[in-house]
Amino acid sequence: MVKVPVAVRVNGRLYEREVEPRLLLVHFLRDLDGLTGTKVGCDTSQCGSCTVLLDGMTVKSCTCLAVQADGAAITTIEGLAAENGALHPLQEAFWNQHGLQCGFCTPGMIFAAHEILRTSPDPSDEEIRHGLEGNLCRCTGYQNIVRSVRAAADAMQEGEG
Amino acid sequence: MSAKIFGSGIRRREDPRLVTGSATYTDDITLPGMVYAAMLRSPHAHARIRSIDTAAAAAAPGVLAVYTGADTAEALAPVPTAWLLPDSDLQVADYPAIARDTVRYVGDIVAVVVAESRYQAYDAVDLVAVDYEPLPAVVDPELASRPGAPQIHDGIAGNQALHWTVAGGDVEAAFASADVVVEERIVQQRLIPNAMETRSAVARFTRASGELTLWNTTQNPHIARFICSAVTGVPEDRLRVIAPEVGGGFGSKIAVYPADFVTVFCAMRLGRPVKWTETRSENYQATTHGRDHVQQVELAATRDGRITGLRCSVWAGLGAYLSTAAPGIPTILHGLMLSGVYDIPAVKEDVYGIYTNATPVEAYRGAGRPEATFMLERLVDRLAGELGLDPAEVRRRNLIPRFEDGHPVVTGLTYDSGDYPAALEKLLAHAGYDRLRAEQAAARERGRHLGIGLATYVEICGLGPSQVAGAIGFQGGLWESAIVRFHPSGKVHVFIGASPHGQGEETTFAQIVASEVGVSPDDVKVFHGDTDNTPMGWGTYGSRTTAVGGAALALTARKIKEKAKIVAAHLLEAAVEDMDYEDGNFFVKGSPDRGKTIQDIALMANVSWNMPEGVESGLEASTFYDPPNFTFPFGAHLAVVEVHPETGQVDLLRYVALDDCGPQINPVIVAGQVHGGVVQGIGQALWEEAVYDESGQLVSGTMLDYALPRADRLPEIEVLSTVTPSPHHPIGVKGVGEAGTIASTVTVYNAVMDALRPFRVGAVTMPLTPERVWRAIQEAQGG
Repeated sequence: MVKVPVAVRVNGRLYEREVEPRLLLVHFLRDLDGLTGTKVGCDTSQCGSCTVLLDGMTVKSCTCLAVQADGAAITTIEGLAAENGALHPLQEAFWNQHGLQCGFCTPGMIFAAHEILRTSPDPSDEEIRHGLEGNLCRCTGYQNIVRSVRAAADAMQEGEG
Repeated sequence: MSAKIFGSGIRRREDPRLVTGSATYTDDITLPGMVYAAMLRSPHAHARIRSIDTAAAAAAPGVLAVYTGADTAEALAPVPTAWLLPDSDLQVADYPAIARDTVRYVGDIVAVVVAESRYQAYDAVDLVAVDYEPLPAVVDPELASRPGAPQIHDGIAGNQALHWTVAGGDVEAAFASADVVVEERIVQQRLIPNAMETRSAVARFTRASGELTLWNTTQNPHIARFICSAVTGVPEDRLRVIAPEVGGGFGSKIAVYPADFVTVFCAMRLGRPVKWTETRSENYQATTHGRDHVQQVELAATRDGRITGLRCSVWAGLGAYLSTAAPGIPTILHGLMLSGVYDIPAVKEDVYGIYTNATPVEAYRGAGRPEATFMLERLVDRLAGELGLDPAEVRRRNLIPRFEDGHPVVTGLTYDSGDYPAALEKLLAHAGYDRLRAEQAAARERGRHLGIGLATYVEICGLGPSQVAGAIGFQGGLWESAIVRFHPSGKVHVFIGASPHGQGEETTFAQIVASEVGVSPDDVKVFHGDTDNTPMGWGTYGSRTTAVGGAALALTARKIKEKAKIVAAHLLEAAVEDMDYEDGNFFVKGSPDRGKTIQDIALMANVSWNMPEGVESGLEASTFYDPPNFTFPFGAHLAVVEVHPETGQVDLLRYVALDDCGPQINPVIVAGQVHGGVVQGIGQALWEEAVYDESGQLVSGTMLDYALPRADRLPEIEVLSTVTPSPHHPIGVKGVGEAGTIASTVTVYNAVMDALRPFRVGAVTMPLTPERVWRAIQEAQGG
C-alpha cells in the first residue's frame, strides 16, 4: 500500500514518518517510541480510552487518521505532566481521589476531564457526569472519577487565584 | 497491629504509573522480530465446515503463515475445563482450539493468519475462503434442553452438560403445608463483562532452550501456566506466564482461551514472537459471557411471613463449550447460597447446565451468587406483596440472628460470622426508610411513581479450603502463598501468587505487612503476576485475593516478627520471653527506648555477624495458607427509583449500599470496589444484555449496541458498612470485590417493581428498558 509522509508533533517532539493513509492516529501514536499510554478499548469510538489532545482539543484518536493529524501538535498522557515530572493537577486528583482501579480507561478519562475543565473551570457534578458520558470505565462506577474532576477543578482554580 | 496503617485510606502506589501512561499492559509489549496474529472467527452460530481455502491469504503481503484446525489438531490438546463437577453427569464436549469440522458459535476460531503487521494480518484474514454448511442453532438454554432442539455435540443428549441438585430438609412437606406459595419465572440475561482492556497474548519461544514466555491478560497466571502446559506440551518448568498490567477482568480473564494456545502455537512454529490482541467486537464474540439463567422459583411461607421452603429449577446456558471454571458457577457458587441470610428449613434446586450455540459462559463478577440472591430477594418481595407486609418487615422476620463463630445452613455450608439484622437496620436508618415510604405515598397521590427496593445478601468468598475444592471437582488447590523478604536496609519485597488487576493489593498488601511488623508501607514492594518470580497461587477471583492471599501474607509477616524477636533478644542479651514489641520496635519489657528496630534486625540478619545460635541468616519467611472455611461477606442495599409510566423510563434517584466485608484494610479502596460492583449490577437491571437473534447472531455485537453504564445515568452511591470479622481469618477480612454486584441488580429490580405496584405488573424481563417497562404497563392495563 502506498505510503504518505506525515509530520506530527507529539508531546513537543516532532515525528516525521511515512504511513499508510488508513493508519489510525491511535496506532500511529502507540507505535511511536513506546508511547503506549494511549489505549484502544473498542472499535466503535464508544469507550474514549484513546482520547488525546490535538491542537489543544480532545479527540478520540481511533476516529482520526494519522494523515489528518499532519502538522498538528498532540499531547498524550505521557506528555501531560510537567517536564520536571510534577503531575498535572488532573493526574494528582485521580491519584488522590482513587479515581482509577485497573487504569486502562484513565488516560482517556483524564483528557475527557481536561476538556470539561477547559470549557467549564468550575463544573457542577451534573456537568462533570455529562462531560464524561463519552468515556467508559468498568471499574469505578464513575463516582471517584467525578470526585477527581471536582478536586482537580478546585486545585486548578486555587492555582490560578 | 498498628491502627494507623491498617484501616487507613492511603493513596495507591499503583497509580503513578497508571496516570502517567507508563504502565505496561500486554498489548503495549513489543519484542524484536515480533509478528501479529489475527483470528478468523466463524460468522455462523452452527455450521459444518466443508472446505477452507487459505491460498489467497497466504499469498497476501506480509503474511508468514495461515493455520487451520488441521494444523493444530496434533499440536494442541483439547481445551480443558478445570471444574469436573461430580455427581452431575458432567458431559465434557471436545473443545478444539481451532474448529475442525464444525463451528458451534459465532466467534469459534476457524483459522489464524500471522503477518508482519497488524493491518496485514487483518487484511489477509478477509482472504481466507471458508465454505460453510449452516446448521440449525439454538441459544436459549431452556429451548436447547427440549426434545427436538438442534444437537450441538455428538453424543450429548438434550445438549445437557450437567444436572446438579442441591437439597436440604423436606421441601415437599414444606410446600404441602405452606399457607402461602409465591412463584416467579426469572431470566438472568446473558451479560458481556466488558473489561476495558480486551484480551491479548504475546508469545515468545526460544527453540534452543525450549523455553516459552507468554504475556497474557489473565487473572491467574499460575493456572494459565498449568493449563497452557497441558494444551501446548511445553513443560511447566520451561513455561513462564506473565500477567503484566491487566485492565480489569470481572471473571472474563479467568479462562485460558483457544486464542492463547493458538498464539503460542504460531510462535513455536514460526520461531518469531507473536502478538495477538482482540478487537472489542471480537471480545464480544470470543471472551466469555456471564449469567444466562432461566429460573423457575417457588417460595413457601406461613401466613405471618416465615419462609418455610424454596424450590427451583434453573436452566443455565453454558455456551458452546465448557470454559475453565464454567461447571462450578451455576452450581456450587449458586445453589449452595440458596437460603441466603435466612434460616430456611427446606430447599431444593435442580440446575441443568446446557450447551447452546453461543459464546462460552464463565464467572462474571459475583459468579452465581447474584443469580441466587436475585431469586431469593425477588421472591421475598413477592411474599411481602402477597401478605400485605412491608418488605423490610418480612426480611426482619426471617433473618438469621447475629452469630460470631459459625452458623450451619440448610445447603450444608457453615457461614463464618454475620450480623444481618444490624446491617439491615443500619441501612434503613441511614436511608430514612419510614420517611421514604411516606414520601412514596405522597408522590403517588400526586401521580408520581416512586419505588423503593431492598435486598439483603450473603455471599461465599475467600475460595476456599483445598480439600473442599477437591471434593467439588475443582482441578486445583485454592490456597495462596506469600514470601516476605527483608533486605539489609529494611526495605521489603513481598511475592504473592494471586494476581490483582485493578483491585489495589499492591497497596493493601503493603499495609498488611506494615501493620504487622512496623515498617512504612512505602518500604514494601509487592510482586505479582510473573510465574518465574512469584510463588504458586491460584489467582484473583471469587473475592479471594485479600481473603486468602492476605491471610498468607499476614501469617508470613508474623513469622518475620517472631524471628525478629529472637534476634532482638539475642542482641539485647535478654530472654525471648522478656521481649516486647510496639510499632516496629523490639525491646526488653519496660525499656522501649533501648530497643532494636525491625530495620536494625533486618541488617543484622542479612550480614549475619552476630546471630543467635541455631538461627539461620536472612530475614525471610513464606506461608502456604489453606483456609479452613470460606468467608461470608454480607450486606443490605436500598434503591429509590422513579418510573415514568408514559415512557417507561426508569430514573435511579438514590442508591445506598451497606456491605460488611470484615475489617477494612483501606476503606477508600473498599468503597471503590463497592461503587464499581454496584454499578455493574445496576447495568444488569436497567441496560445490559447480550442479544442473540434466533439464528445465533450476536446482535449486540459492538460497544455501540451493548448498553454499558455511563456516568450521566447514575446517582452518587452512598456507601455504608458494618464490621464483623471472620473468626477463622488471621486479620478477619472477608473480601469485597464482588459485594456490590451481588445485591444491586435485585435491589434496583425490586425498586422498579415497587414503583409499578399500582399498575399490577407481574414481572418484567431484564434489562428494564423503557420499552419493556412501558409494554408491561400497557399489558397489565389490558392495553
